[in-house]
Amino acid sequence: MANQRRFTDMLADSMPKLVLAPSFLIVMVCIYGYILWTVALSFTKSRMLPQWKFVGFDQYTKLVNNDRWAVSSENLVVFGGLFIIICLVIGIGMAILLDQKIRQEGLLRTIYLYPMAISFIVTGTAWKWLLNPSMGIEKIVREWGFEDFTFDWLVNSEMVVFCLVIAAVWQSSGFVMALFLAGLRGVDSEMIKAAQLDGASMPTIYRRIILPSLKPVFFSAFVILSHIAIKSFDLVTALTGGGPGYSSDLPANFMYAHAFTRSQMGLGAASGVMMLGGVLAILIPYLYSELRGKKQ
Amino acid sequence: MKQSYNLSLSSEATKNLSLLDSVKGKIRRYLQQRSVLQHLLRIVLYVILLTMAFIYLAPLLVMVMNSLKDVEEIRNGSLLSLPQDPSLAAWSKAWGSACTGSTCEGIAPFFINSFKIVLPAVAISTILGALNGYVLSMWRFKGSDLFFGLLLFGCFIPFQVVLIPMAMTLGWLGLASSAGGLILVHVIYGMAFTTLFFRNYYVGLPRELISAAKIDGAGFFLIFWRIILPLSPPIIVVTVIWQFTQIWNDFLFGVVFSGADNLPVTVALNNLVNTSFGGKEYNVDMAAALLAALPTIVVYVFAGKYFVRGLSAGAVKGA
Repeated sequence: MANQRRFTDMLADSMPKLVLAPSFLIVMVCIYGYILWTVALSFTKSRMLPQWKFVGFDQYTKLVNNDRWAVSSENLVVFGGLFIIICLVIGIGMAILLDQKIRQEGLLRTIYLYPMAISFIVTGTAWKWLLNPSMGIEKIVREWGFEDFTFDWLVNSEMVVFCLVIAAVWQSSGFVMALFLAGLRGVDSEMIKAAQLDGASMPTIYRRIILPSLKPVFFSAFVILSHIAIKSFDLVTALTGGGPGYSSDLPANFMYAHAFTRSQMGLGAASGVMMLGGVLAILIPYLYSELRGKKQ
Repeated sequence: MKQSYNLSLSSEATKNLSLLDSVKGKIRRYLQQRSVLQHLLRIVLYVILLTMAFIYLAPLLVMVMNSLKDVEEIRNGSLLSLPQDPSLAAWSKAWGSACTGSTCEGIAPFFINSFKIVLPAVAISTILGALNGYVLSMWRFKGSDLFFGLLLFGCFIPFQVVLIPMAMTLGWLGLASSAGGLILVHVIYGMAFTTLFFRNYYVGLPRELISAAKIDGAGFFLIFWRIILPLSPPIIVVTVIWQFTQIWNDFLFGVVFSGADNLPVTVALNNLVNTSFGGKEYNVDMAAALLAALPTIVVYVFAGKYFVRGLSAGAVKGA
């Protein structure tokens, strides 16, 4: 009897741990275990099926010398950089404009944000028509009488990466706007009033008081946008299919193509590990500054 | 009051007063000019905001207008022109008979596939997130914060680094190319976000609620069921909407893990658009894209407020 009670007490005490256990297992296996697994695969010569024959850094050497990988990582830098900067500029700008006691603010906010609810496949499909020279914007402007107007980035291998930027910015900038709008609403209004009484002009107040206090929002937006950029796979698939040739491939597309359609598992694993490295390079300094900020 | 005050003023004071009046006039004129300027600025402001709204709406409008035209009209006319003879033919073809890769049954079957995957995945990941969040906020133990940190990292990994082992595991479990496997994958990698939402929400609840119940001898599940769950509807709504949009819009897991008979609608749409049998039917493509986007747009229009809240909760606090 006493034993039984002790058992139920123990069960009650460890209930939180028991409830968390399955999730703990999943996280350790399906996140950390799988990452190690992928790292291990990247050191093997696996092709269609895993082969545990270790070849050291061969796959990474192959990756670095692979032109398609070079193009896709270069694209990621151009696409990611422009995407993040333009989204931040548009997002902050629109948040400030929308924060001026605008009539129908709710409606406008909904319109700016709705692309975020749509999948990148739909966004890519829509922009594929708009950017198609013989169907979309080029044709429309020519019909308006500007016969020499050309806008053929979608079929121009030098420019196609900018098409990805246009569609991605259209989809995500409203979201950045919403983040900053929430941030602006959280700024201490007493401080702004005090600055106004001291005769500071509105641009000065924004530059010196409001924007600096939005630093955490700025960082969050940056981390989320870079995450979207690195993950971008569906947008490329739907908008350009990686073409012309492989000129608009991103690392995510490279990884998918090699691991799942071209039977180059080792190379695909190596590219996945490189992508994780890219994320960590952004995430670790961010987490570090976040943790240091909390301690202070 | 004012007049009687004026009467008692000396002549010098009157002169000063007229000086004051002229200064006042100047100020008034300055203020008037400023308000004209401000009016102009407001107009510019509204013009910018409305232009932006048009830019965000334009692709959607173009798609709706052209999905109502026939192929000839699209080919000969402008993308921007209104449909001459609006018809829903393209919509019904996209729904029921358009070709997506090897089959020609429209996107209806895939639309249903998506619901079959999304509904269980959303339900399971939300329940799991609520329980995890409850433990991580109200029943902390040594190491639980570390676990939360480890879990949070899961929000940020590029999925490419887990795809291959996941595909192999699903193969061993006999779940490869099945709806069950896809649901499992969505639950596993959605759990980080749902836990984050619930944990951050529960951390904000007063601890006294729980400690009093604990003293009274209420157990883990009783407290959850009777005290925590009744306080949870706002965060449940946020989480469900977030998960619904995420999983409905997923393409990567769908294309990697699903088999021919449980493809989600995003994959089917991509197949449909890239299937080129004879002439390209742009109107059908556009109708199909709109159909694929419809559920999340509907959720967003009716519950957008919560969606925004979910985004900022996940973003501002989480990251």
